[in-house]
Amino acid sequence: MDRAEIARRGEDAAASYLERCGMTVVERNWRAKNGEIDIVALDGDTLVVVEVKTRRTQSRGTPEEAVTPTKQRRLVRLAEAYLAHTGLTEQALRFDVVAIRPVADDRALLRHHRSAFVSQ
Amino acid sequence: MTAGEMHATVETATLLGIDAVPVEVQVDVSSGIPAFTIVGLGDAAVLEARERVRSAIRRCGFDFPGARVVVNLAPAPLRKHGTGFDLPIAAAILVATGQLQRNLLESAVLVGELSLDGSVRSVPGMLAQARSAQARRLRLIGPSGILRYRAALSDLDAQPIDTLRDLLQRCAETPCPRIDAPAPRKCFPDLADIVGQSSAKRALEIAATGGHHVLFTGPPGTGKSMLAHAMCGILPALDTDEAIATALVHSVAGADETAALAGVRPFRAPHHSATIAGLLGGGSPPRPGEVCLAHNGVLFLDELPEFAPSALQSLRQPLEEGSVTLVRADARIAFPARFTLIAAANPCPCGYLGDSQRRCTCAESTISRYRARVGGPLMDRMDISVDVPRIDPSFLLRTHSSETSSVVASRVLEARQRAISRNASLDESIGTLPRGRLRQHIALSRLSATASEALASCARVGHLSGRAVVRLVSVARTIADLESSADVLRPHILEALGYRTWDTDAAA
Repeated sequence: MDRAEIARRGEDAAASYLERCGMTVVERNWRAKNGEIDIVALDGDTLVVVEVKTRRTQSRGTPEEAVTPTKQRRLVRLAEAYLAHTGLTEQALRFDVVAIRPVADDRALLRHHRSAFVSQ
Repeated sequence: MTAGEMHATVETATLLGIDAVPVEVQVDVSSGIPAFTIVGLGDAAVLEARERVRSAIRRCGFDFPGARVVVNLAPAPLRKHGTGFDLPIAAAILVATGQLQRNLLESAVLVGELSLDGSVRSVPGMLAQARSAQARRLRLIGPSGILRYRAALSDLDAQPIDTLRDLLQRCAETPCPRIDAPAPRKCFPDLADIVGQSSAKRALEIAATGGHHVLFTGPPGTGKSMLAHAMCGILPALDTDEAIATALVHSVAGADETAALAGVRPFRAPHHSATIAGLLGGGSPPRPGEVCLAHNGVLFLDELPEFAPSALQSLRQPLEEGSVTLVRADARIAFPARFTLIAAANPCPCGYLGDSQRRCTCAESTISRYRARVGGPLMDRMDISVDVPRIDPSFLLRTHSSETSSVVASRVLEARQRAISRNASLDESIGTLPRGRLRQHIALSRLSATASEALASCARVGHLSGRAVVRLVSVARTIADLESSADVLRPHILEALGYRTWDTDAAA
């Protein structure tokens, strides 16, 4: 399984988890010039920008640690671009992080951080 | 939550010297990308408030808005320092998001640091905050320590809270009863415990009465430091205004102000390694130094010639003006510094010059270099210079009965009252010399004809400067007050002249 495949399976797992939590997935892999948003979902009236991070080992720290301040700033810019693209300027918004660590071929540990960070 | 309710303002203040300058905390909560920003020239500690406020709000069972939170500290051009903004920022966010009733914080000023668990902590300068709140007729909401100030600031409306959660309940209640802080007792030697040294004791009594500066010169171990510490026992307690003025300086320095509030005069004894910034104050934001902390009290400089010459010369302004002015690019800040200077020195580096038993081993050039470290201008400001000689051991071991500090203290108090009633027209407190009103000062001192004559001839023979003459008259006036004499007589002038020894030595 290559890296892209692992990432894609992680995002699938995250999306189905969010749907089970009562959210509606609006976009998958929304692309802009400067990157992409893994998942855009709706939690009630709140738009949720989700970053999914999958890591096979913890040797370089937990998956959540990989969402560095630089990546957070990039996600904030992407969210601005998304809001501008859809015209939802007064929309309530939140950033979530879903961290996934596979433990077997068909099993994984999943952690969902609601409102994981805010714009600095 | 409609858009119209998502705004709130809360009153607070920031320290500028010993004053608390009003600051308005404005909070706007809007939808959009979630963020928490603080604008309005806050320092690093103010910006770190974000993490404390966020955590404290959650720990106290409130919700931190998942929205765009912008905090403005107005007036925006004024630099703001410290952690006292935590509480007003948190309260404003709670009001803006409808979690706290708007009217609870009307006509109130909030100051306090927040712990991560939401408890409210004290910050330096709470007394200045209390005084400013009292002047603005606002209720002060802050850490529980503010209750102590109600003894000194009579009509202060203070509402202490222990945690952010208490804003909900306690602010709706009536204020708590007034609590008087217990008076702390300081330990200092009694004059009766010091054997002999009658001229040094007399010098202390005159200094305590008139706020004159004293220099003790003598070999090591003769009791110079003990004499200086005994000064605390003969000075009268601070009156209410003095106590507040002194406590304010201690409060903004982050030191304990309970002793000053209870009327205990400060006694500061900085080590001779002190820097100019340590003595006068400095840093950013400017903090008061030792001379300011000694305001209305005693500054004791032991081993005077060991201090850095630059540090000693920096004392000239506060000695003359009774205040220290620190100039920064964005502000001029004045701290009060009216103190009685007591200095102790050895007569020479080895310490035994002029001793009856031991020989001095210093070269003459070493001695003059040692004395030059102190310098003429500072010596000129020492009103009373006395020798503290070694006492004969057989005399030391005999039992003596000498006056206790309380007897001397009552004489000092009486003489001070006479001086205050006489100087009422000058509107000056004890220890300050008039500037530009020398003739008026000398006229008010009421010199007798023989005293004027003695003064004139002394000044001629001793080449006394104008300042020296004024200081001489002022010491003589204090001596006359101690003898309850209406006029300054010839013996008073001669005794005062006798205390100006070191500079006549230097002139010879």
